[in-house]
Amino acid sequence: MFDIFGIPSQALFGQLLIGLINGSFYALLSLGLAVIFGMLNVINFTHGAQYMMGAFAAYLLLQYLGLNYWEALVIVPLLVGASGILVERLFLQYVRKLDHVYGLILTFGLALVIEGLFRNYFGSSGEPYQVPDALQGGHNLGFMFLPNYRAWVIGFSLVVCLVTWFAIERTRFGSYLRAATENPTLVRAFGINVPRMVTLTYGFGVGLAALAGVMAAPIYNVSPQMGSEVIIVVFAVVVIGGMGSILGAIVTGFGLGIIEGLTKVFFPEASSTVIFVVMAIVLLIRPAGLFGRLG
Amino acid sequence: MRAAASLAFALAALMTTVAHAQNPIPVKIGVLTDMSSLYAADTGPGSVSAAELAIHDFDPAAHNMKVDLVSADHQNKPDVGVSIARQWYDVDHVDMIVDVPNSAVALAVSDVTREKNKVFLVSGAASSDLTGPKCTPNTIHWTYDTWMLAHGTGRSIVKTGGKTWFFITADYAFGHALERDTTAVVEANGGKVLGHVFVPLNTQDFSSFLLQAQASKAQIIGLANAGGDTINSIKQGAEFGITKGGQHFAGLLVFIPDVQALGLQAAQGLIDTEPFYWDMNAGTRAWTKRWQVKQPGKFPSEIQAGVYSATLHYLKAVAALKSAADGKAVVAEMKKIPTDDPLFGKGYVRADGRTIHPAYLFQVKSPAESKYPGDDYILKATIPANEAFRPMSQDNCPLVNASK
Repeated sequence: MFDIFGIPSQALFGQLLIGLINGSFYALLSLGLAVIFGMLNVINFTHGAQYMMGAFAAYLLLQYLGLNYWEALVIVPLLVGASGILVERLFLQYVRKLDHVYGLILTFGLALVIEGLFRNYFGSSGEPYQVPDALQGGHNLGFMFLPNYRAWVIGFSLVVCLVTWFAIERTRFGSYLRAATENPTLVRAFGINVPRMVTLTYGFGVGLAALAGVMAAPIYNVSPQMGSEVIIVVFAVVVIGGMGSILGAIVTGFGLGIIEGLTKVFFPEASSTVIFVVMAIVLLIRPAGLFGRLG
Repeated sequence: MRAAASLAFALAALMTTVAHAQNPIPVKIGVLTDMSSLYAADTGPGSVSAAELAIHDFDPAAHNMKVDLVSADHQNKPDVGVSIARQWYDVDHVDMIVDVPNSAVALAVSDVTREKNKVFLVSGAASSDLTGPKCTPNTIHWTYDTWMLAHGTGRSIVKTGGKTWFFITADYAFGHALERDTTAVVEANGGKVLGHVFVPLNTQDFSSFLLQAQASKAQIIGLANAGGDTINSIKQGAEFGITKGGQHFAGLLVFIPDVQALGLQAAQGLIDTEPFYWDMNAGTRAWTKRWQVKQPGKFPSEIQAGVYSATLHYLKAVAALKSAADGKAVVAEMKKIPTDDPLFGKGYVRADGRTIHPAYLFQVKSPAESKYPGDDYILKATIPANEAFRPMSQDNCPLVNASK
């Protein structure tokens, strides 16, 4: 075994893999944000709360209806996505045409309300949620012990990211969607129901957040503040990737997970700030983000 | 005419006594705590409920006192905590601040309290420096401290064979103090510390740090963190096969709400030192029932119990002095009268501000052993009051040295 900067290469490979796993959460969450921003022009600060709702929904379904992880993985995004549709119909559709700040304040306020309600009802210490039986245990890769569940997280989120990217960038529906953001009036003239499409897109973005929430439930503490802890980092990821860029969100999500993972080895004290340092540097050099275009 | 005059005098005299009775001694208590983040379940709203119970049980009207209660969220930020404390002391006429989890915030509030000559009763924060180099004549450290945790949990683990340690430490005053105190105990008992990693407060993912701990090959992974950080460490540790690989966690600061959040499946077997457990005796159970009226479905932590006990003792001292105005005098009075309540039993407050009571070594039960909700601990050993806390001779507290 050889050393890299005084760290055994074994440990380093392990940390790279861990970074990739954390990156897959960042990617999933920032993907939802990017879809919503790209298509609706709304900076969705409720995203963290919706991620938390996903984790709690999984817990509640298990606790009260006896539905397991796999069932939750399908049902929860639909449920929470539906709640997102409600939010879009009730509030967001009215602020979409205004300045970004209105949407930002509205969604930020909503996030605080949702988090407050959950805290009031469940307290803040959180609820237990087990790793599903089929994914218990793990494999010894030689350089690290990889829990099966983490392997599943990385694989599944990669698939979800690619499918979403493909749907938006390469399909007919995706092209309608992109056209609708460029020029809604013209697209409507072709007989396409743009408001409904926008509503469904918001629901889809929220569903992605909820999906990440379900996936997070077995490994992170399921607590009302889990969303607000991660959302700021995810916003940094989206800014670095370029607001609204789908591919940017995915690539930077994984990339920053790795950078954060390496920081945890070389200088752990800085691991909670390194992403913001990267953000500051990227904004100085490329204000539109790595994959963004200046409009 | 004379009769009328004396009648008027008598009336006036009567009115002043009535007026005196109507002007009870005002006392204002502030619960400064974490209402919304990783420590909120162990402190927070449950601490406010505990303070309310203490005021109720003290019965201010019977002592011709009027006690008001305010509370605020310091968000785990020392600057926020200090500005609330100043606002309370300067503008809102608060006489005493209680609880304050997070040692960084507590150390800052302790300075402000001394400057304003008020009273600060620490239940939430852990750093033993509060009664060590940073002790003040206005601060009392009530429930527990890092020395107690290190000696209770640390010593018992080293004695049962856990000789090599690796620390995962919260990167601020509390974590550093806890690691320092535990390291001293481990080394004094023939153990060895192989390494440590400082982790930012409120981290979500501990897997990197767990891998580093795994690579160290230490028998014991000491968790010098608390609340949500401890929960995430243990939950993810189980996933990475830490315990299956023969390493063990030492949760140096674990509270019952954390155990509930982890579930017994993940938490079973943890060793933990606390001066209070809700299911200790009839007195603690009866109190818990009353507390649960305000906090349904939850179980009180030692910190919340400590807020009750400290507030009650404070009110007794104010009643004896008939004034809450001079903070130093109230603290001196609190040190004079012995402590006694159903939650911590009999004890006393030492010259350095340390409250002395027994501590208990518990082990978390397995799911099979737990018979009813909250039935989480087995009592393994009782640490007598005179051994539970750091002897004053090792304090380096200027108060004690000055009195020598």
